[in-house]
Amino acid sequence: MSFNLTPVLTANWGTDDSWTRAAYERTGGYDALRSALAMAPDALIQLVKDSGLRGRGGAGFPTGMKWGFIPQGDGKPHYLVVNADESEPGTCKDIPMMMASPHTLIEGVIISAYAIRANHAFIYVRGEVLHVVRRLLNAVEEARVAGYIGANVLGYGFDIDITVHIGAGAYICGEETALLESLEGFRGQPRLRPPFPAVEGLYACPTVINNVETISSVPAIVRGGAPWFRSMGTEKSPGFKIFSLSGHVARPGQYEAPLGITLRELLDATGGMREGHELKFWTPGGSSTPLFTAEHLDVPLDFEGPPAHGSMLGTTALQIFDETTCVVRAVKRWSEFYAHESCGKCTPCREGTFWYVQIFERLENGTGTEEDVETLLDLSDNILGRAFCALGDGATSPVTSSIQYFRDEYVAHYEQGGCPFDPVASTVFAGANA
Amino acid sequence: MSNEAENGLPMVTLDPRLGPGAASADPLSDDAKSRIRELGATVIARYPRARSALMPLLYLVQAEQGYVSPDGIKLVAEMLELTTAEVAAVSTFYTMYKRRPCGDYTVGVCTNTLCAVLGGDAIFESLKEHLGVANNGTTPDGKVTLEHIECNAACDYAPVMMVNWEFFDNQTPESAKELVDQLRAGTPPAPTRGATLRTHVETSRILAGFPDGAVGEGPSAGPASLAGVELAKQRHEQAPAIVHQREGEQ
Repeated sequence: MSFNLTPVLTANWGTDDSWTRAAYERTGGYDALRSALAMAPDALIQLVKDSGLRGRGGAGFPTGMKWGFIPQGDGKPHYLVVNADESEPGTCKDIPMMMASPHTLIEGVIISAYAIRANHAFIYVRGEVLHVVRRLLNAVEEARVAGYIGANVLGYGFDIDITVHIGAGAYICGEETALLESLEGFRGQPRLRPPFPAVEGLYACPTVINNVETISSVPAIVRGGAPWFRSMGTEKSPGFKIFSLSGHVARPGQYEAPLGITLRELLDATGGMREGHELKFWTPGGSSTPLFTAEHLDVPLDFEGPPAHGSMLGTTALQIFDETTCVVRAVKRWSEFYAHESCGKCTPCREGTFWYVQIFERLENGTGTEEDVETLLDLSDNILGRAFCALGDGATSPVTSSIQYFRDEYVAHYEQGGCPFDPVASTVFAGANA
Repeated sequence: MSNEAENGLPMVTLDPRLGPGAASADPLSDDAKSRIRELGATVIARYPRARSALMPLLYLVQAEQGYVSPDGIKLVAEMLELTTAEVAAVSTFYTMYKRRPCGDYTVGVCTNTLCAVLGGDAIFESLKEHLGVANNGTTPDGKVTLEHIECNAACDYAPVMMVNWEFFDNQTPESAKELVDQLRAGTPPAPTRGATLRTHVETSRILAGFPDGAVGEGPSAGPASLAGVELAKQRHEQAPAIVHQREGEQ
């Protein structure tokens, strides 16, 4: 046991009616809001800077610094936008968070809006989660009735309105500028930066966009203080984080632990792989982060660890695949996903992901050639760093990393005239010895 | 953005781009129009700028006709003082706005990599055969529209299916066939984590931001969501205690 689980965000998920205001307040909910409103907004920004909180949506940008970029006294409205469009393959932390404890997010939204001097906040939630939408809408209404949302919150002279904006099925809207376009009533296509959202975001006004888990961490930081938050995690990546374990493991689920734990530690604590199988490849933080293998079991899962080994922390979506899984099939499916979700705005991503799919189809159906693997790498070179937004870059991650670690498997596909794997063996209902 | 042409059928039967006459093909009733206008005023008031209401307004149209019809596009354009081209450009970008009538229940099988590998591909194949429809096809009784979907943020419950965007966790080909049989028989089962199933049309109204009062149904969290909390209890582990109050606080 070289690490401790640290349930903070997840601590109340199992309590009765945890999604109600009454239950949330029984465990100290909204106390942090009172403390925060008694502070000056700049002191709150400083607190979040001191805590070292970094964005939980994948990029890891320091949250307090992002807040500090908002110009003050500029006479324009400021906006806080919560990115609740959780759609990165493998990522499944924000959805259970908002289903079980939407008030944690709402409290974080009110505190964060106060800090950046925003009077209107938006929660952009993906539309494909009906019950989460219900719980969010209800939480906003309950908070309004309690006087936490509206004019002159708790008598502190701060006004805040929160609008829940419901998406309609587009992965690209998790990209922050595409999200803003969508929120303004347009197709979800990314914007050119600069100007950055901190200067010209929603309605060309200063805007902070943060992930659900980031904003939900703010009330705990207000309650516990920066040194407490920093007592978890590493120096450069402080705090707790929800790790989402899925795939061929004994006990998939959400595990909240300090940043810097390793997959080996997490697997040891949770019963390891499914019985009789071994780890083949995994994603540290969703399909857009380059694949890892068993040789990366001891890489610290913080914002520094995976980049030192050619990947990224991403959303800490640990998708685990065992030896029954065909890596070419896995990457083919992710490539189909990126091709489907490419917004079509820029050529490298739109065309590149299209050709990925054509080539992977050839490899899987047995008509691929040696040249196809080289073409995949060539295509990747022409997408990475040349696409308008991170979707294109992300699309190349599984392709190039799978060729790096499993070139033999690509070779087997064209030498043997098709996929050498039995897809039944990798299903959960095939049984351990299928 | 769309894979609807996979089954070899035309992508749409009522295409909003067919011209000014398209709106008359399936007109909204006057009652429906006034309902959309009335609720629409509430929707528009949620935003600093009216155009931001475009997406919820499209859900309101879908809540009347089951899809976003050319006449619905025309109405939304009028309400927001936009052209029908501007509205159609948005409605065709997002996959949750249906472009043709569909069944009471939209059954989605996740076939993104993780669910696909763990059994989603097998489930989707068995449902296509069982229902006798292709991707995006609707059963002749008008009950079920089958589609494959992308990652729905429930990977710890794989393989996952969604019915009208409610979670059906940990599915198998057998459980999936049983599920669609029950939907067709008019006895929809309860989702694993969610409320009593609403029809596609009722669901669209909730997605426009008008809840149905069913927030209390279903659990706070499913077992996989609680796996870490349970393990921490077993191991007697918790986050460090908050030992001191911050300066300036009582």
